[in-house]
Amino acid sequence: MEQLVTDSALRSSTRRSPLRRLLRDPQAIITAILVLAFIALGLLAPLISPHDPNGVSLQEANAAVGTRGYFLGADQSGRDILSRLLASAGTSIVSGAIGAGVALVIGVTAGLVGGYFGRRISAVAEWIFNLVMTFPGVLVLIVLYPITKGDYRVTMLIFGVMLSPNIFRIVKNLVVSVKQELYVDAARVSGLSNARILGRHVLVVVRGPVIIATAFLVSASVGIQSGLAFLGIGSNQVPSFGAMIGDGFANLYRAPLQFVWPSLALGILTASLVLFGNALRDALEGARPRPVRDPRAEQAAAAPVAGGMALRGAEPLLVIEHLAVAYRSPSGEPTEVVSDVSFVLESGVTMGLVGESGSGKTQTAFAILGVLPPEGAVVRGSIRLNGVELVRRSERELRTVRGREIAYIPQEPMSNLDPSFTVGSQLVEGVRATTSMSRREARAAVLALLERVGIRDTERVFSSYPHQISGGMAQRVLIAGAVASRPRLLIADEPTTALDVTVQAEILDLLRDLQAEMGMAVLFVTHNFGVVADICERVVVMRSGRVIESSAVRDMFEVPQEAYTRQLLDAILDDAVVRPPLRATSGAIR
Amino acid sequence: MTDQLLEIDDLRVTFATRGFRARPKEVLHGVSLRIAPGETLGVVGESGSGKTTIGRAVLGLVPTSGGSIRFDGRDITGLGDRQRRELARDIQVVFQDPYTSLNPSMTIGDILSEPLVARGATGKDARARIRALLDQVGLPTDAVERLPREFSGGQRQRVAIARALAPAPRLIVCDEPVSALDLTTQARVLDLLIDIQDRTGVAYLFVSHDLTVIRHISHRVAVVYNGDIVETGETAHVTSDPEHPYTQRLLLAAPVADPADQERRRAERLRLAQQHHEQDVPAGAL
Repeated sequence: MEQLVTDSALRSSTRRSPLRRLLRDPQAIITAILVLAFIALGLLAPLISPHDPNGVSLQEANAAVGTRGYFLGADQSGRDILSRLLASAGTSIVSGAIGAGVALVIGVTAGLVGGYFGRRISAVAEWIFNLVMTFPGVLVLIVLYPITKGDYRVTMLIFGVMLSPNIFRIVKNLVVSVKQELYVDAARVSGLSNARILGRHVLVVVRGPVIIATAFLVSASVGIQSGLAFLGIGSNQVPSFGAMIGDGFANLYRAPLQFVWPSLALGILTASLVLFGNALRDALEGARPRPVRDPRAEQAAAAPVAGGMALRGAEPLLVIEHLAVAYRSPSGEPTEVVSDVSFVLESGVTMGLVGESGSGKTQTAFAILGVLPPEGAVVRGSIRLNGVELVRRSERELRTVRGREIAYIPQEPMSNLDPSFTVGSQLVEGVRATTSMSRREARAAVLALLERVGIRDTERVFSSYPHQISGGMAQRVLIAGAVASRPRLLIADEPTTALDVTVQAEILDLLRDLQAEMGMAVLFVTHNFGVVADICERVVVMRSGRVIESSAVRDMFEVPQEAYTRQLLDAILDDAVVRPPLRATSGAIR
Repeated sequence: MTDQLLEIDDLRVTFATRGFRARPKEVLHGVSLRIAPGETLGVVGESGSGKTTIGRAVLGLVPTSGGSIRFDGRDITGLGDRQRRELARDIQVVFQDPYTSLNPSMTIGDILSEPLVARGATGKDARARIRALLDQVGLPTDAVERLPREFSGGQRQRVAIARALAPAPRLIVCDEPVSALDLTTQARVLDLLIDIQDRTGVAYLFVSHDLTVIRHISHRVAVVYNGDIVETGETAHVTSDPEHPYTQRLLLAAPVADPADQERRRAERLRLAQQHHEQDVPAGAL
């Protein structure tokens, strides 16, 4: 039963590593090459520059492009433009490194500490970073000119501090969420020190988003440094794209090309950084799985289903024949989760659909409801309700059936209620979607329903938000919504699994009463044989997407037909076995 | 009472509530428990009763606001980080959810070696110990190289049990360790826990909402209701002849896998509920 997941399933679940995904993305490769080129040229500038970037040679002032020794010409002071561009690349790279580096060191450290340790430290850190964020960055840098003395490196250091709240926010939020993971608790109980937990468990989660943010921070630092230089703030001895653009701008009418070169270089650098950041994000966070249709499903859709569309007289309420559901895995291979399921559900009967996790019971229920996710599809077989084929119907056609003839109760009541609307408004909306009632009539109907499902204080529950009611109450609310349209078939997917046993017993009582009152059929998906014994008349046992056994409940418990059913029943913990107190067995210990 | 391994006396835990000057909420109102060496104490109750909080307080994962927890005669409430880390040698945990209690980006080998290496074991010793641990919980040795996602729920829970066993602890807090597992897997994991107890003499504080599971593994049972222990005693007694009305209802509410028997129990439960309602016993679930 507990075998290792098979190799093929394993391979399909293994995602390609982010680095390999990055290397297959042309945008990433091109932008990375450009950024690397800027870094290399900037660092090698002192070695490969033909001239001193600040060397003035008045004969060459405004030399044209292609002048001997001055490949891109010279500016109005006679400085070689190519040499100045190379030196500017160096300035930009250093600016980006300092700005982003400082932001990273401060932001990541404070984020880890603020997120991981108590509330008080976190509140103080939050307050300080909020304060930093309120400062207008460029203005502060201009005001601080007397302190920085125009040194762009000091300026970038300060700008890094101004950028750090961005990183702090990202890191802190990630840490707060990972801190709630049980494996962090487990690490603490294992006796690991906080530093070790932060380094081994928390930093790994934070890494990806921070790398992405860094690309944008570098680009912001480069931009700001250029902007300040363009405004003339900073030493004029430091060549930079901003200063060059400023010079070229002043000289625009005499030599327009002097303005073009630095602008082009700066544009390419910042665009490459931003686009590389985007490519990184796609690679690290993974693009969403594309909803690809199974080709076999489309073939099947094209082929007419034998007799499926015709109305059949005197057929049981729900007939499922040879149903198969397949999912497209990330690697592209379709995997069948339901292979061959056939059963019949008569009107007014409660049928249990039991099996272990992965047996395909929930997928079967989803297929009947027509709510399989985009990656999944019915690839074979037929589902008929009252003789009407439900497979491969359009969403619009299904909507007339769903909610009216088929209703659904989910496993997690809370996640199926919208937290931003009151319980009452959600139920009224549901009732009005399936009937032609006015708002007031619908409200009265909903209140009556809430009373029917055993809620005492109906007015209060009606105007409550989902978080204000308990899980058992929420399940009652959902049952009220499900039976509002007096459906002929109710599909309940583990409706009591998330509830306490005492509440479970009450919900089962309620479902039994409602079923008798309304004469609806109930398909009860569960893994709990106690629940089956309590509420079901018939039962279908599933394993690996196939029906193993289908019989009356009493027969199944008394004389299970299949070895697998017997195995499942044997696994139920025997209520008769009670562990005796320790004293009686203490001889066996040690 | 010095022969007790764990002694909890009048334990109180309060949680801060959201909002400015909001009054903190007390979730445990003076809980007292005893666990002897090698014994399993089952703690049963419904969600929100505070049963999980008892375990987390013993582990030092939630601060206590009153009372004492003594382990081996020594008060362990409000220990500093360093002393708490030393206690990890003796008190370990197995959590409910085998999917989130293992770091998805670490191999099984790394997960198991982490606590050993943190305590100063050499790589070679750690590897030998891991092989022994995997063997003890019935996993293949090649599991070391694999990631948690390559294992089923039951196997992951075996990994979590192996991690808890790594420092050879004297007490393991089991927080609903089989609730997320399939029926067949559930029975196997419970048998594994009992087997390990018989071999190593470790004690369990076993928290669960499932009385059947509790009956299977516990020597003694404590029933928690709304932050109080309402009944405690030997398993056979508490789970077949309960005295407190809440325990009575809890016992009858769990459905049994026998249609005829279940029908009888259902009638009895409804009769009892009616009787409690008439006597105005505050043990309802609503």
